[in-house]
Amino acid sequence: MKQKDYRIALLNTWIEKSSQRRKVINWGVYVALSLAAILALIPLISVFSFVTFRGFSALDWDFFISLPKPVGEIGGGIANALVGTAILVGFGTLIGLPWGFGIGIYLSEYGASKRASAIRFTVDLLASIPSIVIGLFVYAAVVVPMKRFSAYAGGIALGILMVPTVARSTEEILKLVPIHIREAGLALGLPRWKVILRIIFRGSLGALITGVMLSVARVSGETAPLLFTALSNRFWSHRLDQPIASLPVQIYNYAISPYDDWHRQAWGAALVLIFFVLFLNLTTRWAMKKGTK
Amino acid sequence: MIRSKSHKDIHFADRFFAGTLQAIAWGVPLLLVFIAIFLTWKSLPTIRLFGFSFLTSQTWDPVQDQFGALPVVYGTLVSSFLAVLLAAPISIGVALFLTELAPSWLARPVGFLVEMLAAIPSVVYGLWGIFVLAPLLRTTVQPALAKSLGHFPLFEGPPLGVGMMAAGVILAIMIIPTIATLSREVFLAIPAIQRENALALGATRWEMMQIAVLKTARSGILGAIILGLGRALGETMAVTMLIGNRAEISASLLAPGQTMSSLLANEYAEASGELHLSALLEVGLLLFLVTFIINALARLFVWRSTLGKSPR
Repeated sequence: MKQKDYRIALLNTWIEKSSQRRKVINWGVYVALSLAAILALIPLISVFSFVTFRGFSALDWDFFISLPKPVGEIGGGIANALVGTAILVGFGTLIGLPWGFGIGIYLSEYGASKRASAIRFTVDLLASIPSIVIGLFVYAAVVVPMKRFSAYAGGIALGILMVPTVARSTEEILKLVPIHIREAGLALGLPRWKVILRIIFRGSLGALITGVMLSVARVSGETAPLLFTALSNRFWSHRLDQPIASLPVQIYNYAISPYDDWHRQAWGAALVLIFFVLFLNLTTRWAMKKGTK
Repeated sequence: MIRSKSHKDIHFADRFFAGTLQAIAWGVPLLLVFIAIFLTWKSLPTIRLFGFSFLTSQTWDPVQDQFGALPVVYGTLVSSFLAVLLAAPISIGVALFLTELAPSWLARPVGFLVEMLAAIPSVVYGLWGIFVLAPLLRTTVQPALAKSLGHFPLFEGPPLGVGMMAAGVILAIMIIPTIATLSREVFLAIPAIQRENALALGATRWEMMQIAVLKTARSGILGAIILGLGRALGETMAVTMLIGNRAEISASLLAPGQTMSSLLANEYAEASGELHLSALLEVGLLLFLVTFIINALARLFVWRSTLGKSPR
């Protein structure tokens, strides 16, 4: 009898202790997970605050409207890089948009077959090819035969990079259109291509454009594929068969230079770039949220 | 008669439309094949001249026309694995925090901020790395490591700031959003009833995460990590700005190195000779093949089995 009591008491303390241990471990994990979240956000906060504070002091009206000064002279700006980025991204969109839309429509409207899922797979693979490899390919295929770096080449590289993101966002958006809308169109006697283009595609145009904006935001920060293709330019150039300046490449060149004034300008240009990219990201998110509600 | 003719026209237009779309879509696999063939063709000079020794030789000397890619392959692998080693636990922690721990008023903004990490352009990370991260490593982290662990060859040498370690850290920061958001998607796909079952059996929350979440999501997490690795392997600008750019193999993480992508970014302008260009293109071809295979594996075997759809 006595021995049994003793055993039960022992068992009870063991249970007590082990459940205490489990509770302590549980709380330890809570702390660890919260720390992981904080740790992941520290770089983001640091990048944002440094770019904002260091960049802001470099910004004035002159910075936006003047050309880079020769080496050694203080001042100068990013006007040509801004225009260059606009030209490159615009040219890239001309390639990436129709191609991406075409693939997206195909995958959403004719995407049930095995063949289509194979294509979907390759679109995902294209998205994961490093952008510098795309740049190298365009370099070997366009720049070397033409014997010069050019805005064409840069635009082609950015266009290829846009294709997968535009295609996949188009597919996802068009799939949201309920099937009965397609059936209603077909029941009215419309041919399928008209249903797809005039009803499905046009009806989702707003959402499709937000998808395009996201991929524009992505490629406008791309640097690596432009190094070999558009190169850079310290002067005005709007000719498409000449090297052209761009914001990301200018940040890179200034950041690795030994001059303090160029470092200052690199931060300024980075602030402009980040502001642009985040602005596009935030407005599209906001628009998408509004669209789905 | 007329009716049936217009009927035919409709079918013709439909077929034409579908055919056009299909042709456009087939452009993507064709492009991938074309890139592979084209890069191979253009790097034939070095493939013929060096053969397999291109992968085993350590000399990269454009002046002497000697090209061996081993140092850059090594640099790519080491920096990427270092990045995954640092990023994977943090990312999975973040994903668990977002899905299992944080209330939705907290999870939503934190999740949004983690996604914003992915929106920052690589070159801005590089700029931040040069002026913030590298000085921090040089003045604080690396001297401390050298003092405590300096007798290991892994942490030998002068603290330079830039080098393999800086590249690994910046890559880790850049792939955290990839791994974290993909793992979060996997966790969210697990039905709530599974969690409730574990809790009802008396599991603590952490035990529930182990039983109901982590175990179920194993292959999905693996897929997310491999996709993060794929991203690290090809990342260029931030690495180029931080790795120190010296094509040498060193056991120390403090020493400068070179990756395949940073080599390409550094030498594009000097590629004048045919052999040098061919060597660079062969490095590009290697990078293409490695990332292609890794991503294909991650998507085919790991991801499909968990989510039933491929991630974007």
